[in-house]
Amino acid sequence: MLLNIQDLYVHYKSYWYINKVLNGVWLRMVEGERVGIIGETGSGKTTLLKSILRILPQNALIPSGVIKFKDIDILRSGEAELSTVRRREIGMIFQDPMAALNPVFKIKDQLYDVVKYKLLAEGHNPTKEELHDHAVRVLNDVKLPDYERVLESFPFQLSGGMRQRVMIAMALISAGKLLLADEPTTNIDVTIQDQILKLIDRLVKQRGLSTILVSHALGMVRQMTDRAYVLYAGDIMEEARTSELFDHPAHPYTSLLISSAPKISTREIGEGIRGKLPDYRFPPIGCRFAPRCPYALDKCHTVKPKRTIINTDHAVACHLYE
Amino acid sequence: MSEGVNMQKDSILMVSDVRKYFKIKEGIVKAVDGVSFSVKYGETLALVGESGSGKTTTGHVVMGFYPPDSGGILYKGRHDLSIPIKKRSLELKREIQIVFQDPGTSLNPKHMIKDIVGLPLRIHRLADSSGVYGKVAELLEFVGLGEDFMFKYPHELGGGEKQLVAIARALAPSPSFIILDEPTSALDVSSQAKVLNTLSRIQKEHDISYLLITHDLGVVRNIAHRVMIMYLGKIYEEAPTEEFFREPLHPYTQMLLSSIPTLTRQDEEIKPKGVEAVGEIPSALSPPKGCRFHTRCPFAKPVCSEREPPDVMTDNGHVVRCWLYE
Repeated sequence: MLLNIQDLYVHYKSYWYINKVLNGVWLRMVEGERVGIIGETGSGKTTLLKSILRILPQNALIPSGVIKFKDIDILRSGEAELSTVRRREIGMIFQDPMAALNPVFKIKDQLYDVVKYKLLAEGHNPTKEELHDHAVRVLNDVKLPDYERVLESFPFQLSGGMRQRVMIAMALISAGKLLLADEPTTNIDVTIQDQILKLIDRLVKQRGLSTILVSHALGMVRQMTDRAYVLYAGDIMEEARTSELFDHPAHPYTSLLISSAPKISTREIGEGIRGKLPDYRFPPIGCRFAPRCPYALDKCHTVKPKRTIINTDHAVACHLYE
Repeated sequence: MSEGVNMQKDSILMVSDVRKYFKIKEGIVKAVDGVSFSVKYGETLALVGESGSGKTTTGHVVMGFYPPDSGGILYKGRHDLSIPIKKRSLELKREIQIVFQDPGTSLNPKHMIKDIVGLPLRIHRLADSSGVYGKVAELLEFVGLGEDFMFKYPHELGGGEKQLVAIARALAPSPSFIILDEPTSALDVSSQAKVLNTLSRIQKEHDISYLLITHDLGVVRNIAHRVMIMYLGKIYEEAPTEEFFREPLHPYTQMLLSSIPTLTRQDEEIKPKGVEAVGEIPSALSPPKGCRFHTRCPFAKPVCSEREPPDVMTDNGHVVRCWLYE
């Protein structure tokens, strides 16, 4: 087991209220797996990824839960141990490269830093030349030609696709075991997206990494992952092999979501899902999807559904299957 | 000649050889560089392209946010739209409306929905002060929101609901033509479907023509009647939707389609094989000579980098601008 998340709760404090975002999330993955998390805006997917690295904002609370990465208990580790994990075990591709890269530093300064701390964590104090060589090597890996110019550029001088490649390069430096990708291609054109996804996939296979890909784009998750979780309003709704999930979705939310997505082979499109995401200050006490669910039973509004296994590799949290 | 007259009769909007350049410090950006098309009455014409292709500029030129540098735009065969919006008559402004990409920024956060949707009614004097809210309620009902939304503020609504309010606002002055500028790209899948279905229903019931600006071919498949593919300021392919997806001709179109992450096996079968996405869209400051796509095209011939490709018409109303089909 590479990563094991059990019953994870994450809350955010605001001035008057507590936003109860993650509501008992589970996730398990073995080494070499490519796992997807499907979630719409505000479903808590970035919160989930950030909790794995313990880089949540200051106002976040983790009232209960377990995150185990290999043998390391992430939630009970000290900063020293965590920083080793961040420097050489888990790398993360952040959502918006324009926001994640520092606008006032050249790419080389930002890249050298990541390399330096990774090597320091391995007990090696690198020279300037080693930093440069290492940086050039990762830029080559992400297919950025003209690396001298890239290194000397500020983020705004690069195109969106190039910035994203720099982000991937940075994430790869510290991803010794696991790569977390948070919407790695938002605001990127589809022809560039295709190139970036193929690049990630190839690098991951080459290096034998495991990945968690988080996205609202269903098609991307379908093409890039072996197993997928569906996250809605901080709750895992369904978990299955990706092909099984798309061919036989069990949870009403999953099947409504898939049917609402426009396809290129047919004009049929579902009705969408009525209503909107619940207010995290006062979330529904039963199933969090119940207020929007066309099949909701009385029980759904009062009792939180448990994870129910309905098939090999297919589990769903829904009262309709209990 | 007679064909030209016929086209004028069928078309609510005729755009011919429109150019729009922007002068910046580094030179001249040729955002729209000789674009011609027409939108028929009651039709949805999709203008598809990646960022930087000039599709939004085209929409804004039609809207009159800035006048074209050259070329003509004719509305309903008699109104000249190559004048800026300020010089247009109130009646003409009423006829042409727009829905913007991000409803989060296109709705005034300080106003209640009733005032947002009511404003065009007041401006165009379509209802007296006692009748405004009745009409607003009707409009909200029509886009599927219900009148209890009148007394809400934009921040109380979800993304899809906000966009439906923006659509109700565009619909308020009963226009004949609406420009939809990426109407669902800021929305989640679950709310997108409702917006798309509502747009189709509105078109059927009110006989409105749409110019749909989008980068999402899935959206195009679902609501457009005809598709145009734009790349670096020029249109390279145009076809009826069914035909377009059945047989995409231009290498760029094939690259676009083959890059889409698919949802079903049927979608996968539609994707053209053997065209892998490479490269990035070049700067519009110095677009490549000849066919602008030749720098990324897997089938480029010497002629492609020298001369502009001709329009090639095939059966079924398919037009492609490419040397391969010459």
